[in-house]
Amino acid sequence: MKPPRFDYVRALSLAEAHAVLAAEGGDACVIAGGQTLVPMLSMRLARPHVLVDIMRLSALARIEAVDGAIDVGAAVRQSELLAWPQLAAGQPLLAAALPWVGHAQTRNRGTVCGSVAHADPSAELPLVLVALGGSITLSSRRRRRTVAADQFFLGPMATARGDDELIRSVAFPMARPRHGYAFREFGRRHGDFAIVACAAVVTHATTRLAVGGVADRPVARDWGSITGGALDDALNELAYDLDAREDMHATARFRRHLVRQLGHQTITEARRCLA
Amino acid sequence: MPRLSADRRHSVRFRLNGRSVTAEAEPRMLLTDFLRHTLGLTGTHVGCEHGVCGACTIEIDGGPARACLTLAVQVEGASVRTIEDLAPAPGRLSCLQEAFRRHHALQCGFCTAGILMSLDAYLRQHPAPGEPELRQYLAGHLCRCTGYVPIVAAALDAARRLREEAHDA
Repeated sequence: MKPPRFDYVRALSLAEAHAVLAAEGGDACVIAGGQTLVPMLSMRLARPHVLVDIMRLSALARIEAVDGAIDVGAAVRQSELLAWPQLAAGQPLLAAALPWVGHAQTRNRGTVCGSVAHADPSAELPLVLVALGGSITLSSRRRRRTVAADQFFLGPMATARGDDELIRSVAFPMARPRHGYAFREFGRRHGDFAIVACAAVVTHATTRLAVGGVADRPVARDWGSITGGALDDALNELAYDLDAREDMHATARFRRHLVRQLGHQTITEARRCLA
Repeated sequence: MPRLSADRRHSVRFRLNGRSVTAEAEPRMLLTDFLRHTLGLTGTHVGCEHGVCGACTIEIDGGPARACLTLAVQVEGASVRTIEDLAPAPGRLSCLQEAFRRHHALQCGFCTAGILMSLDAYLRQHPAPGEPELRQYLAGHLCRCTGYVPIVAAALDAARRLREEAHDA
């Protein structure tokens, strides 16, 4: 498995990266850590004419706490965010989910924004972004815009990013007082793609659960402070609404079972954190 | 803005096992092939070529990474360390390599180079690792011979000996 031929541009400014994307559009791919793109190239699922490497752009290599959110630039590697001293207090949900992203060896290269750009329906970071109501900032030669996470993910590996746009940063809202957060995942092996992953955000009056690995994108559902049989019914309804499919990893029925069980556990854990 | 064209080779300069090297690669060349075919370092093994098996694990800028998920042109200016740099001298093994031999932590050896590179970095950062953390860390490597038990034993043994050496120094 070897990648097909492509030109390679090592962008030295954002303007250069924008210029290549404006000129080549869908024939260009941004490469950051390459942990998803390189295997896609090797398997020839992606056949760009040109790759634009953005890892030399120091302006994109920052993690900043601004306006109540953790703003992660496009050149920030997953291991760098995991090692950021303010992460655990800043957003415990993100701190809990990050160790589940790939393996330590891929987190050392893979970027946070790269995982968001790829938009695998079972990926952890898009799920966390949707659960928290985060946003994605895109830029191109013609404009700069910010898109809410629930508007950004459109389907499996499909996003609202235009061909001439690159993801500049993603913003994860920081932990808020009187909120509880929890993350759980089920896979065959640590580091594999999730069969089902759940992220919960709760207060005394609200319950929000986001589920990955089942529908074609991460999906969040909001309830009040439901418990007992009402919660079981709500989770069952959600499990069916997500329209689980059968694949080589799990049957649809098993996925629905996991949504009910893992969903319950995640909400319970988030409520414990609240107490 | 440097644009490297698809149909030519371009020089890539980086540090390899402590030495500065320059070699030529097409943009599409994987770092695994660059190391093995262009630079002749065949200790880095090629297994799945999509990042799952861990056989090609090397160190890039001090952290373990998959050579097969990296383009040669991406390591321009970086520091790369491969399995060839692990032994302290020709004919001598590192503490971790010795422990692998003592515990029979390899059989066919295909996965071993990658596992050693991962564990070498891990033990530097975690001198007293717990077994559950080690096992979780090893999830990034597939070994179909050993069942992992002797690999975990070797890593724990090497960690203990390295701690004793550090204490003795």
